[in-house]
Amino acid sequence: MDQLTKTILEQVADLHDIPQGAYNIRQDGQSAGRRSTENIIIQPKKDKPGIDILIKPNTKNESVHIPVVVTQSGLTDLVYNHFEVGENADVLIVAGCGVHNDGSKASRHDGIHTFHIGKNAKLRYVEKHYGQGEGSGERILNPTTVIEMEEGAYCEMEMVQIKGVDSTKRETSAKLKAGAKLIMIEKLMTHGRQEAVSNMDIELNGPDSVTQIISRSVAKEDSIQIFHPKAIGNERCRAHVQCDSIIMDRAKISSIPEIAANHPEAEIVHEAAIGRINNDQLLKLQTFGLTAEEAESVIVEGFLS
Amino acid sequence: MLKLQNLTFEIEGKGKIIDDISFEMPSGKFLVITGPNGGGKSTLARLIMGIERPTSGRIIFNDVDITEKSISERAKMGIGFGFQQPPRFKGMTVRRLLSLAEGKELTEDRCCNYLTQVGLCSKDYLNREADFSLSGGEMKRIEIATLMARELKLAIYDEPEAGIDLWSFKTLVESFKTMSKSRHESVMIISHQERIMQIADDVLMLANGRIRAYGTREEILPTLMGELENCELSPEGSDNKWIS
Repeated sequence: MDQLTKTILEQVADLHDIPQGAYNIRQDGQSAGRRSTENIIIQPKKDKPGIDILIKPNTKNESVHIPVVVTQSGLTDLVYNHFEVGENADVLIVAGCGVHNDGSKASRHDGIHTFHIGKNAKLRYVEKHYGQGEGSGERILNPTTVIEMEEGAYCEMEMVQIKGVDSTKRETSAKLKAGAKLIMIEKLMTHGRQEAVSNMDIELNGPDSVTQIISRSVAKEDSIQIFHPKAIGNERCRAHVQCDSIIMDRAKISSIPEIAANHPEAEIVHEAAIGRINNDQLLKLQTFGLTAEEAESVIVEGFLS
Repeated sequence: MLKLQNLTFEIEGKGKIIDDISFEMPSGKFLVITGPNGGGKSTLARLIMGIERPTSGRIIFNDVDITEKSISERAKMGIGFGFQQPPRFKGMTVRRLLSLAEGKELTEDRCCNYLTQVGLCSKDYLNREADFSLSGGEMKRIEIATLMARELKLAIYDEPEAGIDLWSFKTLVESFKTMSKSRHESVMIISHQERIMQIADDVLMLANGRIRAYGTREEILPTLMGELENCELSPEGSDNKWIS
């Protein structure tokens, strides 16, 4: 593993070396390492690029790392990954994609992820997107995430894009059965002339299903962000959608939370706020001895933490 | 230690909020600035911290002219400020906020110690976000704790009692006493509360942007009490009284 790959793996998956447990590292469209364990089987797909990750029922306290690294300028990498989380399993999946582009052509990774989360299974999924490199070529990441949750399943997804991705279009959809709970946390920071679009469609189809969508973003300089989270209650359910953005410089943000109830006992709430950093926050931190610039970065870091 | 020389702060259309004030606060003192609402107390505190800039006059702190210095420069010189209405920070934990105040990552024990001193059950608060999920009173106590976390030459509190219930207030007054001895060389408190004045060394009364009286607690308090007897108190909460 070269230094560049190591740096990117550290950024997207907090990995300093080959991870413990099951893993699959994909670099420039090829597999750069893979390990299955007794309970977690990772196998390549036969009909298209990508892998199937099969987590056996009752697997507890295990993790899977599946980072992707793109270092070739001009590469378009399309990958289909399927995650089958068995009944009563309790696992952590760390995904993430880092693009290093030193060239003049666009580098792009489109990850299409499907999840089937079995009855009463518990999944924590963390995905970080990151871009770097001095080239003029764009760094593009377009993830699609499709989630199906069985009765009593629990899933917490944290999707973070902090730096260096020029363009991103996220499509996320989920269908929840009875008693399933989905927490979606999206954190995004854009700068320069970056553009980010995030669409989410969460359908609450089973009684007592619950979802919480939390989106926090910071748009700096000339960047543009568009959020469109949608929660649809088709049964007795609860949903809470919260979009919170800090806008800076000449950036533009559209936040369009949408809620729909198709059942009289669906309780669905949305909140959306876009605003500048509050002047009193800056003043308060300056009274600790921070400069205005330091105060600003502490506020942004806290907001996205 | 702190000298104000002919300090004036004027807002166009509103006139002089602070009108040619000069006074000296010696080191090691616990000074309470009191007076009717709108008299210029908070503005004076904000001028000393550098949050507002004077129209004219000088501010000298430990023999250095700080009139043109920024807030963070003054903070580094050892001045701290507790806001009357502290700002909230989404995503920032109470522990992080206190660590930023102290200037280094705080241990759990140390954080808990500060929180206990302001009457908060510390374990419950450490990892809570200092955002709108906290009540006004809780936020106000955390604000006071951020000053406790700093070793200061001059700690300025702008109405620390506002938003804090009377039951907890007594404990808080005790904390101010302890703090002024251990962490803060000098303390300046903007307050309407007699209980705070009772622990002051000196009291300064400000009205219409000018100093009406300045002296030791023993000299000033009886005069203030006398004035009070001729003054109709507002029936509302302590916010509207200037002594209670």
